[in-house]
Amino acid sequence: MSHADHPAQPGGGDAGHQQAARHDPVYDHLHASAEFAELRRRYRAFVLPATVAFLSWYLLYVVMSNWAAGFMSTQVLGNINIALVFGLLQFVTTFLIAYLYSRYSAARLDPLAGELEERFVETGATGSRGGKH
Amino acid sequence: MDHQVLTTVLFLSVVALTVAITVRASRSTSGTSDFYAGGRSFTGFQNGLAIGGDYMSAASFLGITGIIALAGYDGFLYSIGFLVAWLVALLLVAEMLRNSGRYTMADQLAFRMKQKPVRMAAATSTVVVSIFYLLAQMVGAGTLVALLLGVDSQTVKNLVILGVGMLMIFYVTVGGMKGTTWVQIVKAVLLMTGSALIVVLVLAKFDFNLSELLGAAASNSGKGEAFLEPGLKYGADLTSKLDFLSLGIALVLGTAGLPHILIRFYTVPTARDARKSVLWAIGIIGTFYLFTLVLGFGAAALLNTGDLDASGNLAAPKLAEEVGGGAGSTGGAILLALIAAVAFATILAVVAGLTLTSSASVAHDVYNNVYRKGEATEQEEIKVTRIAAGVIGLIAILLAIPAQSLNIAFLVALAFAVAASANLPTIVLNMFWRRFNTRGALWSIYGGLISAVGLVFFSPVMSGAETSLITGADFAWFPLSNPGIVSIPLGFLLGIIGSLTTREPAAEDRYTELEVRALTGAGAEQATSH
Repeated sequence: MSHADHPAQPGGGDAGHQQAARHDPVYDHLHASAEFAELRRRYRAFVLPATVAFLSWYLLYVVMSNWAAGFMSTQVLGNINIALVFGLLQFVTTFLIAYLYSRYSAARLDPLAGELEERFVETGATGSRGGKH
Repeated sequence: MDHQVLTTVLFLSVVALTVAITVRASRSTSGTSDFYAGGRSFTGFQNGLAIGGDYMSAASFLGITGIIALAGYDGFLYSIGFLVAWLVALLLVAEMLRNSGRYTMADQLAFRMKQKPVRMAAATSTVVVSIFYLLAQMVGAGTLVALLLGVDSQTVKNLVILGVGMLMIFYVTVGGMKGTTWVQIVKAVLLMTGSALIVVLVLAKFDFNLSELLGAAASNSGKGEAFLEPGLKYGADLTSKLDFLSLGIALVLGTAGLPHILIRFYTVPTARDARKSVLWAIGIIGTFYLFTLVLGFGAAALLNTGDLDASGNLAAPKLAEEVGGGAGSTGGAILLALIAAVAFATILAVVAGLTLTSSASVAHDVYNNVYRKGEATEQEEIKVTRIAAGVIGLIAILLAIPAQSLNIAFLVALAFAVAASANLPTIVLNMFWRRFNTRGALWSIYGGLISAVGLVFFSPVMSGAETSLITGADFAWFPLSNPGIVSIPLGFLLGIIGSLTTREPAAEDRYTELEVRALTGAGAEQATSH
C-alpha cells in the first residue's frame, strides 16, 4: 500500500480533514458501549487525581524551597536536613505512583481495553490507517 | 599512560562501536515503519533503556553534577523536576500517543484536525525545540573534548563540533530508528555503569555515610551549612525566587512535550509496551538522578571547586580522576578517560535522537503530508528524511560554532520551556477535550513557541546584565531568565480561547474515534517485524 495516509473518501468530510475522513462507524458503536464508558471512567478516576496530587506535591516542594528556607534547613540526622529528605521523598512518591499505576492499569484497564479491541477486530475494521504494512 | 592518549583511544572506540551498530541496524531497515519507528518491535525494557539514553543528556550528567558542585542544594531541583516529569508522560501521554499516532508528534493532532496547518505548526515547534537541544549537546561536546585533550584552541572545538555533526548525520541517514535506538541503549548501559562506579568510589571515601559526605561538601565548599540548604543560587530576591519557580514548572511539564521523547513511544508493539517502557525509564532515570546527587556533592567535597570552570561542566570527569587516585596516577587517568568517553557517548546518542526526530517531522509532516498531500511513496519519504537530516545537521553545525559562548544548561532549559509551552498543551487538550480544534491547536503551538522564545529574547539572558549574551545593549524588560511561568499558562489559555471562538464539527466528531483508539488501541498501528 502506498504511504498515502488519508485519501479522502466520498462523504467523509471536508478537504481539510483528509486524515480523519475514514471514520468507521464501528468506533461510534464502541464509544457508546457501557464497557467503554466504564474504561474511560476507570482511567480518569486514577490519572486525574494522581496528576493533581503529584503536581501539587512537587509545587509544594518548589514553593517551600523558595519561601520556607528556615524550616527546610532543619537538620534531621547529622547533616541531613528536611530539604534533602523532602527532595528524596519526591523520588519515593514518583516511584510509588508509577508502581501503583502499573498495578491498577494491569488489573482494571487492560482487560476492558482488550475486550473492546477484540470486539473491534471481530467487526473486520482496520482503523483509519489499515493494519500491517 | 598519558590520560590524553587513553582518552583519545576510548573516544575513538565509542565512535567505532556506534558506527558498527548503525551499519548493522541498517541491514534490517526497509520501509518507513522501520526507519522512523524501528518496526515497532522493541520490547518495553529495550525501549526503557533507549528512553533513558535519549533523555539523560550531557546537560544532566555534566550539567547537574556541575551545578550541585558549585551551587549545592539548589542544583538538586533539576534532578527532581527531570524525574517527576515522567509521571506526566506515564499517566497522560505515552499510551494514548502510541495508540493514536504513527511516526511524529503531529500525527495525533492531524488525526482529527485540518492536517496541513497543524502539521506545519507541529513540525515547526519540533524543529525549534530539537535545534535548541542539539546546540546544547554540540557546544558541550566541543568544550568537553577540547578541555580533556588539554588544548584550548578554537579550531579544535570547531573540528569536534563538525565531527559530532557528521556522526549524527551518519547515524540517522544510515541506521534510522533501529540504529539510533541501539546507540541509545548502549549509551544508557555505559552511563549507568560508569556513574555507578564513581558513586560507589565516592561513597566508599565516606564509609557509605551520606551525612559525612554532605558535611565534607559543606565545609570544603567554603559556604558551610548554606551549601546544603535551598536558596544559595536562587534565593537572593523575589525575582530569582520566581525564576526558580518558573524553572521548576518548565522542567516538570517539558519532558512530555519533547518530540524526541514522544517518538520513542512509537517503537514498541502496543500501548502496554509503551507503558512498560516508561516504567523502566522511570526506574533507570530515577536511579541516575540519585547518582547525580552523590556525584555533585562528592565533587564539592573532594575537589577544589575554585579550580573548576564557571559552568562546572568538568566536575564529573574531574571527580572520576580524583576518586581513581588523583591527577597523575594511573587509576585517575583511566577513570578520567572512561568517564569522558561515557560523556561523549551520551552526547552522540542524544544528538542522533534529535536529528532523527526533526528530520522525520520535516519529511513525514511537511514533505509528504503537506507538500505531496500524502502521496509520496515510503522510499521517497525516507529519501527526504535523509536529505533533511543532512540539512538539519549542517544548520546545527553552523549555529553551534558561534553559539559556543552560550551556557548549556540555559539552552536545555529553553528547550524544555518551549516544549512545555507549545507542545504539551496541544497534546493534553487534544486527548482530553472534544471541543479542541484546529484554531486552538495553532494558537497554542505558535503562541507558546513565540512567547517562550520571545520572552527569553527580552530577558536578562540576552541583554542588560553582566552575564548577558549581548553586552553593551539593554533591551530587556522581562525580568526572568526562565519564561515558563508565563508562556506555559499562555499556551494552555490560547488553546482554550482559540477553540472556544470557533466551531469545527469535523474535529469534534472525530474525537469519538480518537478517544476509542487512544484508550483501547482499536485500529492502532501494528508492529511490522519481531
